[in-house]
Amino acid sequence: MVENSLPDDPTPPPARTVPLDAWHRALGGRMVVFAGYSLPVQYDFTGNLATRCRGGVMAEHLHCRAKAALFDVSHMGQAWLIGAAAAPALEALVPGDIIGLRPGRQRYTLLTNEAGGILDDLMVSRMAEDRLFLVVNASRKEDDLAHIAANLPNGVRLEPIEDRALLALQGPRAATVMTRLSPAASSLPFMGSASLDIAGIPCLVSRSGYTGEDGFEISVPADRAEALAGALLAEDEVVPAGLGARDSLRLEAGLCLYGNDIDELTSPVEAGLGWAIGKRRRETWDFPGGEAIADQARNAPSRLRVGLRPDGRAPARAGTMIVAADGTEAGFVTSGGFSPTLNAPIAMGYVRRDLAAPGTRLNLMVRGKPLSAQVAPMPFVPHRYAR
Amino acid sequence: MPFTDQSHHETRFTKEHEWVRMEGDIATVGITEHAQEALGDIVFIELPEVGRALDRDEACAVVESVKAASDVYAPLAGTVVEINEPVVEDPTRVSKDAEGTAWFFRLRLTDPASFASLMDEAAYKAFVESL
Repeated sequence: MVENSLPDDPTPPPARTVPLDAWHRALGGRMVVFAGYSLPVQYDFTGNLATRCRGGVMAEHLHCRAKAALFDVSHMGQAWLIGAAAAPALEALVPGDIIGLRPGRQRYTLLTNEAGGILDDLMVSRMAEDRLFLVVNASRKEDDLAHIAANLPNGVRLEPIEDRALLALQGPRAATVMTRLSPAASSLPFMGSASLDIAGIPCLVSRSGYTGEDGFEISVPADRAEALAGALLAEDEVVPAGLGARDSLRLEAGLCLYGNDIDELTSPVEAGLGWAIGKRRRETWDFPGGEAIADQARNAPSRLRVGLRPDGRAPARAGTMIVAADGTEAGFVTSGGFSPTLNAPIAMGYVRRDLAAPGTRLNLMVRGKPLSAQVAPMPFVPHRYAR
Repeated sequence: MPFTDQSHHETRFTKEHEWVRMEGDIATVGITEHAQEALGDIVFIELPEVGRALDRDEACAVVESVKAASDVYAPLAGTVVEINEPVVEDPTRVSKDAEGTAWFFRLRLTDPASFASLMDEAAYKAFVESL
């Protein structure tokens, strides 16, 4: 008998499906549940696609770096923030300059809490003077939308978007492919956004992504998602890629995963996201947690997010303890895996400020044994954004 | 090591997706084709030291794919007498021949009769299909 046993776990709710669920399965997607959604982690390709890419995390990853990969990120939260005062309303909740965001431009920003922690990271596009398009993390969307809605002035309204899919086409050939389907797409600058017809389908498109490559994120009506995905896949350069490759690509690019690398207990300064604090906002620090964050920016935080390159081939996963050369506690790994591009393990994590300089030697405690590593600059693989 | 035709030796399986092949009181252990397929691209393998005594079901080796780390367990109690260095040097060998040349380690079993307690091929096949 186990004392104080918990009641039996309730049956977990069934995973939610994305509009392209059947499409992924038909293409050989290995479906997993991520943030409550059933999504492909990788594919086992057959037929014509198998001649382009053998499938699997490694091959899909390398295909994205070489040509173009299509990701389904429909689990992410999409929403409109509408009203003449939409920009100042959002600006009150984030450190980014949203009032200064011009129509047709997109910005990465953060929802912060009063302690200076990060509630979520998000993309904001100004689609019109009175209209912001938001994309937030799947795992955070309910909380984010409730938080934003609870802090809006009269005349600004938040409209969650439930009837659109979100696709990302990423890679050095993404622009070539998009130009064939939408001549206007190639004129979008990096971090630009626009309403465009792609293969005749009305979409919201931004020139951005989560891989470090040039690419596009495309919001499409759910009932046209399969037609759009099919049109993109009809291009020889494109293969679908799953969540596995998405994660290894963003890690190589040094990009944070919310819940791993940033959360309510990490600040933008510690996370190396100080660049997301708008210039004007640095004069007033008038956003949630502004005072705490200003203090860190002036006095340097006690720890910093850094890149790590373990010696040898063993990856160090999230949660691995980091120990300084003198045996003192140094920090912990927040994301770690194997880089297909570098053919070597890579990781990121937080270390004491005195240990954060590139080249600093550290030990990662992997399965009880010290694994030698050094602090490395990020990104691990250079970004190749359209500039 | 002299060439031995392993096809004459019976292979048995565990629920942790290891295969075990007996020659005398030496058991050769590897991961199954099903496990290899499920793990995806294997990038790193760590094997136990020769001479290490293992309890049945003790975690003793690690397989890392791009996605995640997985433990490999001792299918039966015994002492490690040999490890397959070439799979450590080139983990991609496992994707090519998981149930043959890409074996992981060899154990001198504490109780050779314990081999009979493992699943035979038909039982393992049924187990995999039930997953």
